[in-house]
Amino acid sequence: MYQHRRFTTSSFNFFQKFKNFDYILLVCILLLGFISLATMYSTDGGKILFHTKSHFTKLIVFTVMMLIFSFINIKYWFLIGYVSYLMIIGLLVWTYLFGITSSGSQRWINLYFINLQPSELMKIFIILCLAKYFHRMRLENVNSIYTILTSLVIILLPMGLVIVQPDLGTSLLIAVSGIAVLWFAGINHKYFIYTMLGFLISLPFIIAFLKPYQKLRVLTFLNPDKDPLGAGYQIIQSKIAVGSGGFFGKGFLKGTQSYLEFLPEKHTDFIFTLFSEEFGFVGSALLLIIYAIIIYRIVAIGASSRSYFAKIFCYSFGAAIFVFITINMSMVLGLLPIVGSPLPIMSYGGSSMLATMTGFGIVMSAKVHNQQSIA
Amino acid sequence: MINSSSDNVKKLNSINRRMFITGSLKFFIMVGIISRLFFLQVKENKKYLTLSDKNRIREWKLAPVRGEFHDYFGNVIAGNFEAYQLHVIPEQVEDFRYVIYRLKDLLELSDKEFKKVLKKKNEIKPWETLIVSDNLSWQKFSKINNHLYDLNGVKPVISISRSYPYKENFTHLVGYVSQANENDIENTEAIKKNFVPGLKVGKVGLEKSFEEKLIGSNDIERYEVNAYGRRISQLEFQKGEKGKTLRLTIDTEVQMLANKLLEDKAGSICVMDIYTGAIVAMQSSPSFDPNLFVFGISQDDWQLIRNDPMKPLVNKTLQGNYSPGSTIKPIVALSALENGIINTNFTVKCTGKTEMYGQTYHCWKKKGHGFVSLRNAMKQSCDTYFYEIARKLGVDKLSATAKKFGLGEKVFGELFGIEKKGLIPNTEWKKNALGKGWLLGETMITGIGQGYIQTTPIQLCLMTAQIANGGYKIYPHIVVDGDKKNQPDDKFTPLFENPKHIEIVQDAMFGSTNEVMGTSYRSRIDDLKYQFAGKTGTAQVKKITEQERELDLKTFEIPYEQRDHALYIAFGPYRNPRYALSILIEHGGNGSTTAAPMAKKLFKLIIDRHKLRQSMDNKKYLEV
Repeated sequence: MYQHRRFTTSSFNFFQKFKNFDYILLVCILLLGFISLATMYSTDGGKILFHTKSHFTKLIVFTVMMLIFSFINIKYWFLIGYVSYLMIIGLLVWTYLFGITSSGSQRWINLYFINLQPSELMKIFIILCLAKYFHRMRLENVNSIYTILTSLVIILLPMGLVIVQPDLGTSLLIAVSGIAVLWFAGINHKYFIYTMLGFLISLPFIIAFLKPYQKLRVLTFLNPDKDPLGAGYQIIQSKIAVGSGGFFGKGFLKGTQSYLEFLPEKHTDFIFTLFSEEFGFVGSALLLIIYAIIIYRIVAIGASSRSYFAKIFCYSFGAAIFVFITINMSMVLGLLPIVGSPLPIMSYGGSSMLATMTGFGIVMSAKVHNQQSIA
Repeated sequence: MINSSSDNVKKLNSINRRMFITGSLKFFIMVGIISRLFFLQVKENKKYLTLSDKNRIREWKLAPVRGEFHDYFGNVIAGNFEAYQLHVIPEQVEDFRYVIYRLKDLLELSDKEFKKVLKKKNEIKPWETLIVSDNLSWQKFSKINNHLYDLNGVKPVISISRSYPYKENFTHLVGYVSQANENDIENTEAIKKNFVPGLKVGKVGLEKSFEEKLIGSNDIERYEVNAYGRRISQLEFQKGEKGKTLRLTIDTEVQMLANKLLEDKAGSICVMDIYTGAIVAMQSSPSFDPNLFVFGISQDDWQLIRNDPMKPLVNKTLQGNYSPGSTIKPIVALSALENGIINTNFTVKCTGKTEMYGQTYHCWKKKGHGFVSLRNAMKQSCDTYFYEIARKLGVDKLSATAKKFGLGEKVFGELFGIEKKGLIPNTEWKKNALGKGWLLGETMITGIGQGYIQTTPIQLCLMTAQIANGGYKIYPHIVVDGDKKNQPDDKFTPLFENPKHIEIVQDAMFGSTNEVMGTSYRSRIDDLKYQFAGKTGTAQVKKITEQERELDLKTFEIPYEQRDHALYIAFGPYRNPRYALSILIEHGGNGSTTAAPMAKKLFKLIIDRHKLRQSMDNKKYLEV
């Protein structure tokens, strides 16, 4: 069933690794990087200003980092699974104690060259940690109470640390990443169904515990026209921008909604809106196809990986990235309430890109070392 | 090992199965998002495109250019001039404090004005225009221009504004413009439509009456704006139309003479063409400079005008209800003739007073006039004669004739909102208004224009004009209207039974002015070209007691408020009448000494300018 090709480490040299690269994935990532750079240039009003420069630098640095990560043997990623998780937990605690506060939440650590948001990193490293946790586990043990409780602790601990920042959106996305691993690890689907039902039943109580601004977001989502200049403003303007783009878009640098500053947070969460306004349905569909190819490649790399760890990481990472993209797009298209979630690679923001590129790096490493078995 | 490998197989089966489930889920969600995109961008594109345009395009209206007023000869009475203004856009100024204090020095702004500017600055957005000064003198304007190198962001602007070159000469007639207030916007559709902040609209007079014609339409600028309302670029400029220019029937020369004659007096003069009804001059005094109101009148100036005891704010020509005094006598005489009460041979003996039901009615001449006929009674203004014929005539017949000649009715209809109707009393009116029966004594004093009867100067002018033109109805107007179709049907219908009666009255008025013993004999002009006929009037302001009558005080010995109003009505030239006028001087004392001499000067000028006026008419026909 499985071919056990033997090869020595010495013969698996740099050039072979290079040959083993997933060029389709790489091209797609570079293409995405290019598109994001062009969009960023448009958000700066057609000038090379702070955001464009900064985004460009980050893009270069993190792409190089991703390539370097690709050469790191997948077994080393396996090795640092727990350690990295604990380190980021440490960073989250650090954030909680000494983090930088901006617009009402304490999310960042000042590293002088970059304001690091550890919660973004946690979205990826929780997958790494749980993938390692389930790698060696026998299928019958997966559904044991002990395993489930342990994995729940692994998920809930960072969630709690992120919720207190407060940042509900990111903590939910961390949960999504974790739950994706649990799903692929083979936890009985009944549990998922029960949890879902339980969640739905307790939803009214959860809403009762939400902070007023979060409640407002939910209400605004349900009826954005109620308060068009206040809470509903973002979603209405976003829909106007996308809708007015039309089939072919208004043209590069000609998106009036963003150019005239009607769009909120156009650099970060609403970057897709701007792109969609300028490039229309055709451009948006093309962007979605690029994302689709990336996710397809990630899943395909997982499928062709020999190690269970690599498989579980790739599948979960693919699912997580998909969810991030979907949530961001649904949000700007008025299908979901506004939760702060960036669009991978496209959105401005160092931590998010660092996390995503690390994920791509690990996936690429799994591809390069797809014959590597992990003991 | 086998165990573990079979477990591995199971694990792989599980994970692959779940991978496929996830994959198909992803596919459906992706399709969902694409269809949402399609819905927004293709299906609902039009809706959102409109919304997006609504977001980004905003219109700015500019103040329209107001139509002008010209006099009959085309002189500009109310025009537009270029006002020198100073605009500052706060955000374009590097150091606003420095610039504004520098401007304060250069413009010599008072602390109060300076505070006003600072307050205005705080009310607007930093990219909106702050008007530091709206009407600079040329000296200050050029001074600013010389210092511009030092005043970054300060813009000297030339903007169009109202001016009244003849100052107080036309104030009551033309009115003035000032900043529109909420009432103006609410009540006038044209103002609402064309409103821009700072729009000046007519407040009184013709400026107000013809607002809709004068206002014109806005220039419209369409700008692309950003979310904060800042203008980014101009998309379109739509030129508005200037308001209609109105040509008046007024002769500025005559108007200016009227103004000069009324100087330092409270009163009114109006001059009318007796055939066309065209108003040649119409002035109420005292007047004031309408230019004061254009940029908002200062508190000091306003108090000065408001508290003037001579009431400059009242248009006495239209709003002044006065007892006509003896100027009513031509109508009383005409009414008596028309109703067959008297003929030219009818005489009354005047002894200076008449006793009637225990009341004494005095003639102005203590010694009496002796036996007087109609012609002599008019000439000498014998009160006893008119008591007698009024008594015989009855007030109802008298009021019917008076109303026919335009008394008791608004002369200009609704053209001026402020015009008063006056009052022509009759028995029915008294019963309705006062709930009392009419007394015969009241008829007698009505016969000499005292008592309840009240007329406005413009009504007296119209009455005179209609007597002068042979007794035909005319409609006075001020604006030259090319449209002849709107003329009322009853124009030029005769107001008399027998044209002889009108001639008798005209002749009597001629005697009053041009024959010895006539009340205005001293103001006559012998030159046939200018010769005119008139009737003086002296209206009592209060009842004269017996004691005062004995004293027989001279006018200057009586306190100002108690002096009689002086009136004069006249038409000329007598041989071929063309113009009628009425003069009223509040508390002027005697009609023959105060009012009548003004008529002499006026007729000289009016008749001298008649040819010129005629040639303007001919020119119009030649052009057609």
